[in-house]
Amino acid sequence: MTIVRYSKDHEYVHVDGDVAVVGITSYAQGQLGDIVFVELPELGKVVEQGKEVAVVESVKAASEVYAPVSGEVIEVNAELEGNPGLVNQQPEVDGWFLKLKISNPAELDGLMDEGAYQALVESLG
Amino acid sequence: MTHAVDPLLKTLLHTTPLFAAHVALGARIVPFAGYEMPVQYPEGILAEHAWTRAHAGLFDVSHMGQAILEGPDHATCARALEALVPADISNLAPGRQRYSQLLDASGGILDDLMVTRPADPKEDGRLLLVVNAACKAADFEHISAHLPANVRLAPLLDRALIALQGPEAAAAMARHSPEALALDFMAAGPASFDGIPVHVSRSGYTGEDGFEISLRAADAEKVWSALTAEPEVKPIGLGARDSLRLEAGLSLYGHEIDPTTSPVEGGLSWSIQKRRRAEGGFPGAARIQRELAEGPARLRVGLRLDGRAPAREGAEILHDGVQVGVVTSGGFAPTLGTPIAMGYVPPALAAPGTKLELLVRGKPLAATVTPLPFVPTRYARKSSKEA
Repeated sequence: MTIVRYSKDHEYVHVDGDVAVVGITSYAQGQLGDIVFVELPELGKVVEQGKEVAVVESVKAASEVYAPVSGEVIEVNAELEGNPGLVNQQPEVDGWFLKLKISNPAELDGLMDEGAYQALVESLG
Repeated sequence: MTHAVDPLLKTLLHTTPLFAAHVALGARIVPFAGYEMPVQYPEGILAEHAWTRAHAGLFDVSHMGQAILEGPDHATCARALEALVPADISNLAPGRQRYSQLLDASGGILDDLMVTRPADPKEDGRLLLVVNAACKAADFEHISAHLPANVRLAPLLDRALIALQGPEAAAAMARHSPEALALDFMAAGPASFDGIPVHVSRSGYTGEDGFEISLRAADAEKVWSALTAEPEVKPIGLGARDSLRLEAGLSLYGHEIDPTTSPVEGGLSWSIQKRRRAEGGFPGAARIQRELAEGPARLRVGLRLDGRAPAREGAEILHDGVQVGVVTSGGFAPTLGTPIAMGYVPPALAAPGTKLELLVRGKPLAATVTPLPFVPTRYARKSSKEA
């Protein structure tokens, strides 16, 4: 069963067992606007929760993407290299960024479920 | 990743006469140069950019500063302005427009501006100025402080400015202001737009053919709505305005040009006419004449990156691993599908084809010096000879 959680920085994790698929939310892509480049980490990189794991470049500016949970990068979405617009079109499906092997599942408890995240987005107007 | 306008800041921001129209169109509003301005509409920057290159885009640039410089006759008024800018204003013909720069005593650029001599002989002795929004208060103070007693500057506080840009701009304009089509690139004159008195110039900031329409603030919504109703025309925000001007190789004040750069370094020597080069008589003339004769210490260049990662303003420009300059603007060129940038390098490294690297997040990205503009301009020139 997939568990879906969100960070306050508008990243999502879709967790299956000890693997988390990480990307940015529909709200985040809408705020960034047209995405023209995504810089993804090297495979094997170990990241801590809340630390930069990728960079997303919109037409206007570069923004950091933070790891919503700690873990090791085991896969990156190669499709984004040729088609970064997938992040705008399908942020939580084909526009995923990377997969992490989760090192501390307890961190998931500090993230928001879908209801809490929707409430956050609505509060932002 | 949120961009909500701080409530305290919001109370300090101005709006243009078209603010309600932008909100009604679903624009995302951001603070820019003291104004709440549309950065994009719902279709987004890439779509707006492409639309302008293929059809016609409508821009609200009412935040820019408009003013009239008024003296007893053209010669007196032109001389007063020539004391502050390096362009030949004395020989500017009626109904013509010229690009120039306000210079400080060392030849640094305080702002860039458009200067128009009205076409109507009854307006002899007047010049119309358009300056950047962020600089307008300082510019007007600077100009006023340096005028002779018989020339005065009158800021136009109740006027809007709308730019219509793109290969189909003329077709859309023809249905409302057919007389505007008689203007060629860098010409200007009074016109009627559906019966509304406007002042139109054939110019812009996208590299495309187009018009800038100066009009009373009270008439702005009417003209804006009439143009957005045309099938060729869509509203375009500041985001695409920036990517369009970058592709056109046009400088943006505060980025390519500022008090630390001279017009010669900035690749703007074309805007200093022969008489002024010879006679001088403008601030920083000694430095600028020396740079014209001997070459400047650095030059603005265009840079095209090999990969897909953009280099932004502030990125170091490297040659053989050594820093030789800085990027002043950089982003993605939608028309080319690659990242592009502008920046300053020593003249020895300014030749097109020179291989450089741009340092982005610690990684050197390969880039090649590229002639400007990146995308060919399509101005409505009457002949190939521009004064």
